[in-house]
Amino acid sequence: MSEKPADWTTGAEAIVYQRCAACGAMQYFHRSFCASCGSPDPEPKQASGAGTVYATSLVCRAATPETRAHVPYNIVLVDTEEGFRMMGHGDNELAIGDKVTARFVPFAGRSVPYFEKV
Amino acid sequence: MSFITGVGLTSYGKHEGSSSLDLMSQAAQLAIADAGLKRSEIDGVLCGYSTVSPHIMLATVFAEHFGIKPSYAHAVQVGGATGLAMTMLAHHLVEAGIVEHVLVVGGENRLTGQSRDASILALAQVGHPNYEVPLGPTIPAYYGLLASRYMHEYGVTQEDLAEFAVLMRAHARTHPGAQFHEAITVADVMGSKPVAMPLKLLDCCPVSDGGAAFVISRERTGEAGVRIRGCAQAHTHQHITAAPALSELGAEISVAKAKQAAGVAISDVRYAAVYDSFTITLAMLLEDLGLAGRGEAAARVRSGHFGRGGAMPLNTHGGLLSYGHCGVGGAMAHLVETHLQMTGRAGNRQVRDASIALLHGDGGVLSSHVSMFLEQVR
Repeated sequence: MSEKPADWTTGAEAIVYQRCAACGAMQYFHRSFCASCGSPDPEPKQASGAGTVYATSLVCRAATPETRAHVPYNIVLVDTEEGFRMMGHGDNELAIGDKVTARFVPFAGRSVPYFEKV
Repeated sequence: MSFITGVGLTSYGKHEGSSSLDLMSQAAQLAIADAGLKRSEIDGVLCGYSTVSPHIMLATVFAEHFGIKPSYAHAVQVGGATGLAMTMLAHHLVEAGIVEHVLVVGGENRLTGQSRDASILALAQVGHPNYEVPLGPTIPAYYGLLASRYMHEYGVTQEDLAEFAVLMRAHARTHPGAQFHEAITVADVMGSKPVAMPLKLLDCCPVSDGGAAFVISRERTGEAGVRIRGCAQAHTHQHITAAPALSELGAEISVAKAKQAAGVAISDVRYAAVYDSFTITLAMLLEDLGLAGRGEAAARVRSGHFGRGGAMPLNTHGGLLSYGHCGVGGAMAHLVETHLQMTGRAGNRQVRDASIALLHGDGGVLSSHVSMFLEQVR
C-alpha cells in the first residue's frame, strides 16, 4: 500500500490528491482505496494549486483563541484545475468564479493553503 | 400503521440547573401523559445524544434514570436529522410488531451546560478532521459557503434570506415557550453582527436548553389520530468539501422517496415543518422539497404564503431560528408543533387545515436528510 506523501495536513507545503488508475476517479481525502470503484492504492499526485473559487464564507466569529487571532478569515472552496474540490483560506475579496492559485500561510499553529487571484 | 400518540415539549432558552437527563425526563413525562399511557407501557426507547454529557449508552442511561425497563433501546446520531430519523425507525419498529409504544426523546442543557465557544467547537467537528477542521471553519461557515454558492446560482440576496428570520420570529412571538419574543425586521437581520458571511447573527439559530419527546404506537391510544403516512432518508456526503452539486442534494432524493412511500404529492400538503438551522438552510430546503420554485422561497415569505394564515403554514412555533435549538430536541419541536396543529390544540397559533404535513430534517452540512409525511385520521 502506498504511503501518503507529506502535504499541508502533515506539515509540508503541498496539496496532494489521489487518482485511481482503474477508473480514473480523483479524490482529495486520502484513502488506501478508491472511494468510487474500490480499487486499491490510488496514485498520489501533487496538485498545482491552481483552480477556480466555488464558494466563500468570511469567518468573523471564531471559536478558539488560536483562530480568533486571525479573524476575519475567508474560508473558500476551490475547484482545482486537476478536477477535485478542496477547502482552504483565501483573500477576503475573492468572488465565486475567480481564477486563483495557492500559496501557504501560517494559521493557528500550522501552514495552510491560501488562495489568491491570479 | 403507526401513530404519533403523544408529544411533549419544554420551553427553550435557559433552564439553569437542569441536566440533559432532566430535560429529557421532563419532555418524556409530558409525551407519555399526552398519549394517556403509563410509563410501564413504554417498551421501546430511542434517544439522541448530548454534546454536554456524551455517553456511549445514552438510551439505557436515560431509561434507568427515568425508571423504565424497555425491551428495545438505543441511541441514534444523525445530527439535526436525528429526531426524524428516530421517528422513522420507531415507525418501522411498531409496524414490524417488535414493540408497541416507542418513546422518542431528545434534550440537552446546551446553553447553560457549556460555554458558547464549546458548543461551536463541538459542532464544527462535523467537518473533516484533517482537511477542514484545521482551517478553523465553524458550522455557520459551512452553511455560509452553501449560502454564497446558492445566492450565486439562483440570484438570492441577503435581504431574501433575512425574510426567513423575520418570519420565524413572528411565529415565535405567538408561542410562550419560544426563546425569543422580540420582533425583528429585515433591517435588524441585515444590521446584526457578521458571523460567517453572508450569514449574520440573526441568520443563525441560537444555542438553547430544552427537551422534546414523542410516543409512536401501533394503534391510537385516544381520540388523536396522527398517522405516519410514509418517510425516507438520503445521505449523499458528510463533509461540505465532498458535497454534490446544489441540484443533487439529499433533500430532493429523500422527499421523492417519501412521496412514493406515502403516496402523496406536494400539492396535498397543508402544513410544513422544515429544518431551519440557518436562514439559508430553510430557503434551500423549501426549494429542494418543492414547496417553492428555485430562488422563489423568499418571495413566498413576503406574500404571506408560509404564515399562519397562508396557504402553507411553516414552523408556526418559530423553528430553530426563534423557538430555539437544543441539539437533538431542536428539530423535534417542529414535530410537536405539527402534532398540535393536526390535533387542533395549537390555540392562538392554530391553522385552518393541517390534514397532511410534510416534515424534513437535515443533519451535518445538508449531509443527512429525513423526509416524512403525517396524516390526520378522523
